[in-house]
Amino acid sequence: MMKRFVAASSALAMAVALQAGAAFADDGAKRGGTLIWAVQNTPRHLNPAVQSGIATGEPGNQLFAAPLRYDEDWTPQPYLAESWNTSADGLTVTLNLVKGATFHDGTPITSSDVAFSIRTVQENHPFKTMFAPVDSVETPDDHTAVIKLSKPHPALLLAMSSQLLPIIPEHVYGDGQDPKTHPANSENVVGSGPFKLVEFKRDQHIILERNDDFFIEGRPYLDKVVMRIIKDGAARTIALENGEAHLSGFEQNPRDINRLKKASGVTATSDGVAYAAIGPIAWLAFNTASDGPTGNKKVRQAIAYAVDRDFVNKAIMLGTSTPALTGIHPGSPFYEPNVETYDLDLDKANALLDEAGYPRGGDGTRFKLMVDYGWAGIKAQAEYIKPQLKKVGIDVEIRSSPDFPTWAKRVGGHDFEMTWDVVFNWGDPVIGVHRTYSSSNIKKGVIWSNTQSYANPRVDELMEMAGSETDPAKRKALYSEFQKIIAEDVPVYHTYALPYHTVYSDKIGNPPVGIWATVSPLDRVYLK
Amino acid sequence: MAVRAGYALALLLAVVVLNFTLIHIAPGDIADTIAGDMGGATEEVMAQIRADYGLDKSFAVQLGIYLGNVVRLDFGYSFFFNTPVTSLIAERLPATLLLVFTAQIFALVIGVILGVISARRPDGLLSHFVTLLALFGYSAPVFWTGIMLLIGLSLMLPLFPVAGMIDVTLIDAPLWRQYLSVAHHLFLPALTLASIFLALYSRLCRASMLEVLGADYIRTARAKGLSERDTVYRHALKNSLGPVVTLAGLQFSAVVSGAVLVETVFSWPGLGTLALQSILARDTPTILGILFFSALVVIVGNLLTDLVLRLIDPRIRAGGG
Repeated sequence: MMKRFVAASSALAMAVALQAGAAFADDGAKRGGTLIWAVQNTPRHLNPAVQSGIATGEPGNQLFAAPLRYDEDWTPQPYLAESWNTSADGLTVTLNLVKGATFHDGTPITSSDVAFSIRTVQENHPFKTMFAPVDSVETPDDHTAVIKLSKPHPALLLAMSSQLLPIIPEHVYGDGQDPKTHPANSENVVGSGPFKLVEFKRDQHIILERNDDFFIEGRPYLDKVVMRIIKDGAARTIALENGEAHLSGFEQNPRDINRLKKASGVTATSDGVAYAAIGPIAWLAFNTASDGPTGNKKVRQAIAYAVDRDFVNKAIMLGTSTPALTGIHPGSPFYEPNVETYDLDLDKANALLDEAGYPRGGDGTRFKLMVDYGWAGIKAQAEYIKPQLKKVGIDVEIRSSPDFPTWAKRVGGHDFEMTWDVVFNWGDPVIGVHRTYSSSNIKKGVIWSNTQSYANPRVDELMEMAGSETDPAKRKALYSEFQKIIAEDVPVYHTYALPYHTVYSDKIGNPPVGIWATVSPLDRVYLK
Repeated sequence: MAVRAGYALALLLAVVVLNFTLIHIAPGDIADTIAGDMGGATEEVMAQIRADYGLDKSFAVQLGIYLGNVVRLDFGYSFFFNTPVTSLIAERLPATLLLVFTAQIFALVIGVILGVISARRPDGLLSHFVTLLALFGYSAPVFWTGIMLLIGLSLMLPLFPVAGMIDVTLIDAPLWRQYLSVAHHLFLPALTLASIFLALYSRLCRASMLEVLGADYIRTARAKGLSERDTVYRHALKNSLGPVVTLAGLQFSAVVSGAVLVETVFSWPGLGTLALQSILARDTPTILGILFFSALVVIVGNLLTDLVLRLIDPRIRAGGG
């Protein structure tokens, strides 16, 4: 099968090369070919404007373009907006759109589509903080969109990348139907991105073809993208090893990663700022409002001293993950590594527990504590802390949940003492970090709100200020103090950034390894 | 026949009511899953989802509405996939039927052949080998067998594809090429699923053959000078198939549930993968729809078994029913 495929695709490449007369682009890229991309999940639908997450984001970024893009680092680059500027008071952001850009049905993309898209995301996307300060979007002409803000909003630029603000056609989605269940989310998708939808078959594949009228001249390089949905990690690893698939993102199983790192013809990488905009951090969260021991700061600090972050990273994650010391991802410009790190110190932990008023009983036990975990991938972490905390006299009971909703119900309902958890930063701290620590976001029944019931007025104040601070240096200083206080209060004990890896074949040029990794447009990817 | 149909209807009703209750008891609901899938949500968004899907109504009202719809053959709308449940199932049912029936046929044919071979020489080397193979197939977890076959026949010796049902690059190829590709993709999952039942059938066939081969009429057949081949395959085998076919019918539901695991390992786009996903997502209408149709498949499978038994055993035909 492999041979047949190679023969077919090289014949295709040759045909294209003949036709276009040796089509080599400026960055050494070659035109043509079919990319086989292994993805892990079936998306609910393909429209990221009304559905967050990776499963929709991977195809969604190919189908829809956004005002801005972030291919490598945290510097915004022009995409549908060829230029943009923020007024001195930070209350007006003007976008100048590329001229001549069209949707897949040929209709021109105008500033009113941008206004419509912002409105749709504002009303339907679960991340309300992204565009909350947007009062209105004015459209003085077809190629100018003026965003009016109620307060300065530095997170806005990142919120305008294609994972978060896909530009959707008003003439399709503005027909009065609910955009969340609009038929054009899954079929006959009219997008603005580098690829067009050919076929979406749930649990099988998503087939995309080149958008010949894409607004960036000469791109995309690929003729076709076939996204194969392979849920089983072992099967996906084999497909990448034997060349049946060229690309996969968000690979996070340490054993699979280490195996793929050794495989020939394949690269598995998470270097630099890869996935930093996703910003996935694993931590041990505490119910700080509990009447039990976790309500006591000293107990939480003691547990932090007793749990060995180094062991978790090296032994459980097999060295694939990066240690994370705070709630902001280590790849973020706002990351502050100079915080209390709670390096393993059992004596300190014991002393703190004594101070907190929990002396050891006759059998050496101070108290019982329950730890939750919600999915199989983090079971080892939960099991690890049982013997580890036993050393300081805490008798840990592990409560497992059969599936995600069960765990979400328990933790969302504040029915827990400690739990392992993974939460995403989603780019700017305003979008994915504030929600965990803000006292106004203690919302019972909502998972990934402030389920720790953590409340510190100074922390609230710092987030409030940092959220609207336009000077990057001042903003960094505010977040630095914020991270130091969180480390001191330990509502959660941060352990590692998830080892998300992009795995790609040697045949691929310009693999997606930036801050958004595979949830970014693949118009620059080519087959060698 | 009318009585049987009545039983079948009662069974289907029980399947729906029981499962509706069970899913309702399970902690968490679709709003929690959607929030999880989206990386978080606000209180308002979750309340909106619950209102949209009628989850804010009481259990009795929800069940009543659902039953009313099912009677009109309306299985509702999948909360998670934003698609009518009937079309979701229609998309997947053929893949599962193909896998389940192929696996059953694999298991029966290979099982019977192995059973006959080992019954003819009960102490031969081959017989012991068959026993060993059967024991292994029966005791190994089916997902493990699947992964081992994948490593052996897809990675080390790349004969078969890893996942899926068809080579997607063949989307414009002639139909026969596509059929061939499906058969190519089907082989490993069907073999994996068959491995459990193959063991059962071969053991049973062996035992039943041994018994039949000792019967008087076989001695008669041999005495009148019938060739060994005719004796074994025309007289003995036909009479020893009864228990095997009965068991195959009884195992039908086990094959369907085994398919869930096999489909997951091989990314086979059938009802099994959908079932797992919708249970994890608390997508009630989809789960109930799948269970309804699975029950239907099992009922039909059992009816077919009865028909086959009538064909091979005249006594059942005579007995009426």
